[in-house]
Amino acid sequence: MNTSRVFGFKTMKTLLTNRSRATITSGLRRLACTPSSCPRVCIVGGGPAGFYTAQHLLKAHPAMQVDIYERLPIPFGLVRFGVAPDHPEVKNVINTFTQTAQHERCCFHGNVTVGKDVSVEELKQAYHAVVLSYGAEGNRLLGVPGENLSGVYSAKDFVGWYNGLPCNKDLCPDLSHETAVILGQGNVALDVARILLSPLDILTKTDITQPSLEALAASRVRRVLIVGRRGPLQVAFTIKELREMVNLAGTRPDMVPADFKGIAEVLKDLPRPRKRLTELMMKAVREAPSGEGSTSRQWGFRFLRSPVEVLPTPDLTQTAGIRLGINRLEGSGDGARAVATGETEDIECGMVISSIGYQSLPIDPAVPFDPHKAIIPNAVGRVLKTSGLYCSGWVKRGPTGVIATTMNDSFDTARVLIQDIETGILDISTAKPGSQTVTPLLQKRGVNPVSFSDWEKIDAEEMKRGSVVGKPREKLLDVTEMLKTVHS
Amino acid sequence: MPTDSTGSHIIRMVLESHFLVIRQFCCYTRALRSENKVTVSFINRDGEKVTVKGSPGDSLLDVVIEQDLDIDGFGACEGTLACSTCHLIFDEDVFNQLGPITDEEMDMLDLAYGLTDTSRLGCQVCLTKSLEGITVRVPESVADMRESDFGTTSSSS
Ligand SMILES: Cc1cc2nc3c(=O)[nH]c(=O)nc-3n(C[C@H](O)[C@H](O)[C@H](O)COP(=O)(O)OP(=O)(O)OC[C@H]3O[C@@H](n4cnc5c(N)ncnc54)[C@H](O)[C@@H]3O)c2cc1C
Ligand SMILES: NC(=O)c1ccc[n+]([C@@H]2O[C@H](COP(=O)([O-])OP(=O)(O)OC[C@H]3O[C@@H](n4cnc5c(N)ncnc54)[C@H](OP(=O)(O)O)[C@@H]3O)[C@@H](O)[C@H]2O)c1
Ligand code: FES
Repeated sequence: MNTSRVFGFKTMKTLLTNRSRATITSGLRRLACTPSSCPRVCIVGGGPAGFYTAQHLLKAHPAMQVDIYERLPIPFGLVRFGVAPDHPEVKNVINTFTQTAQHERCCFHGNVTVGKDVSVEELKQAYHAVVLSYGAEGNRLLGVPGENLSGVYSAKDFVGWYNGLPCNKDLCPDLSHETAVILGQGNVALDVARILLSPLDILTKTDITQPSLEALAASRVRRVLIVGRRGPLQVAFTIKELREMVNLAGTRPDMVPADFKGIAEVLKDLPRPRKRLTELMMKAVREAPSGEGSTSRQWGFRFLRSPVEVLPTPDLTQTAGIRLGINRLEGSGDGARAVATGETEDIECGMVISSIGYQSLPIDPAVPFDPHKAIIPNAVGRVLKTSGLYCSGWVKRGPTGVIATTMNDSFDTARVLIQDIETGILDISTAKPGSQTVTPLLQKRGVNPVSFSDWEKIDAEEMKRGSVVGKPREKLLDVTEMLKTVHS
Repeated sequence: MPTDSTGSHIIRMVLESHFLVIRQFCCYTRALRSENKVTVSFINRDGEKVTVKGSPGDSLLDVVIEQDLDIDGFGACEGTLACSTCHLIFDEDVFNQLGPITDEEMDMLDLAYGLTDTSRLGCQVCLTKSLEGITVRVPESVADMRESDFGTTSSSS
């Protein structure tokens, strides 16, 4: 799958040496820290945004104390619950996050839902600043009739199911029909398509959950159509993920060559990334179906189609198909708009997965929220019209961008926060108690925070269970079970 | 940056002199082997130039890590072609010397901020003696590339 060189050992060894040096220095510095030079910041959300913001704050200020509050007993956000199980190399960022969590001046508090177990106002009282990095826990809705039929799933839930997100463990998607339609043409759509069509022997070696592995083993899905409202030049997925589809064993593309009429002529004017991506798509269109004939599974793109209605079975309970409105494009390039022609087309399918984007939700009335853009309104990470509140990651920018994008914007937020300390915009002259007051408050409310070393117990247990079945880990699927492992 | 109290100053001085000894020792042992080493200069985002030595066969990511170069977020996926944070820009003549780029590297490069015609991923470029004295540039992370993976926002219907 990947022809890259892997530098795992050497890299890790050096990282660890560097880290212990940093820890010695920071530990000694802390001894001499007076309250006024000890800014206390808490971060809400333990995903990439939370960890990268923490990493930069700790590095940029020698006395900074950072607490991370995370809803789940498990850190790392979408790196664990979003990134596909067959992309283990992407999860290497966990090594850096672990170093941050184990930093002398950093503390992880899992199993704490901010906005429910503790309010943002209470956190503001306990810390000099609060950084909101809680990602996007919701998803955009299709807003069409039939959206609630059985057989219609959001990609967020489907991904959460195969990746072991506790709230999705009972999803039991219906995989008994031949055709599945995925709405949206982003990387999440391709992740879902790949998981639906991957040969089982690839998946069994990943950390995909056992129940989903069993369900996929029994799956009758043979054809996955990935539907976009705009054209081939507007797809949102990236080339690495497309190449994985093109190279997916036991599958062949099922495209409509006419969709690519006129595209060859404009190729030369496209920026390199878009050009290479489009060329690869056209290659998939051109190449004859693989020799495996009717036994092979198929995937294909359908363009210029917007969902109009999910069609029910005669008893009105199940998904029987989807009605798509046919669009034409107005304008060109990335900014082209889809305009409905009024014509429609029906596709028979037993499953519809809506992959049109995640969506951030408000978690606390004390935090401004822009319902239209579904983000916390901010200027370079400073939450507008407040003081002491910052944000980073998907809740700051909206639910797009890879981990590297999230990293850069989190570093930006951390820089702005440090700058505010330096210029005095953020007042750190009075000492703040930090978790010293928050932890008792949580305990009084019956909430028992999970520390990073508690998570390491869960981690060890998962890896132990995984090694028995030849997987990197077997994820625990239930918060109660996770907590039981911590306290065993 | 707030000023440290005197106490931490002293501690830091002690620590720094301690590291100085270690560093001098490292330089000494390195000098013994330096005939096998390749000199590389990195120009960081702030324009600062750092010159270090690496062993032939090591990737530029290895060099950054072993020399503990302070480049924010460099090498997030630890050299597995899954992140593009190790993006480096080369002089054209050096770039032409580097040999062919795999499709997989190109695929990740296409996602890099500030992509140029002489960009490569540092984890995929290995040092050879013929690269002695090269200078590579760490690209800036361009703010307006962050809107989406392709640097633009999309429209709706
Ligand atoms: C399905 C999928 C696959 C992806 N695959 C890749 C990939 O292969 N490569 C890549 O580079 N990028 C990938 N991405 C993008 C990447 O995951 C994001 O850029 C990144 O995770 C965003 O980070 P975040 O911290 O803002 O959000 P998240 O990762 O969502 O983290 C937010 C955290 O906040 C916690 N939280 C939420 N509410 C609360 C609350 N009230 N109190 C406390 N904590 C709370 C959540 O539990 C979560 O841990 C993928 C995204 C998705 C959706
Ligand atoms: N391997 C990886 O690197 C990886 C894997 C997964 C996710 N990610 C990243 O995570 C981010 C989120 O991915 P994503 O796939 O959820 O989002 P995305 O990349 O923004 O794609 C969303 C798709 O849904 C379509 N869409 C949005 N609203 C719609 C509507 N109302 N009706 C019909 N179609 C609609 C969009 O079309 P329009 O363009 O017309 O709006 C687009 O095709 C992305 O940045 C992605 O790259 C990366
Ligand atoms: S370190 Fe991730 S691609 Fe080079």
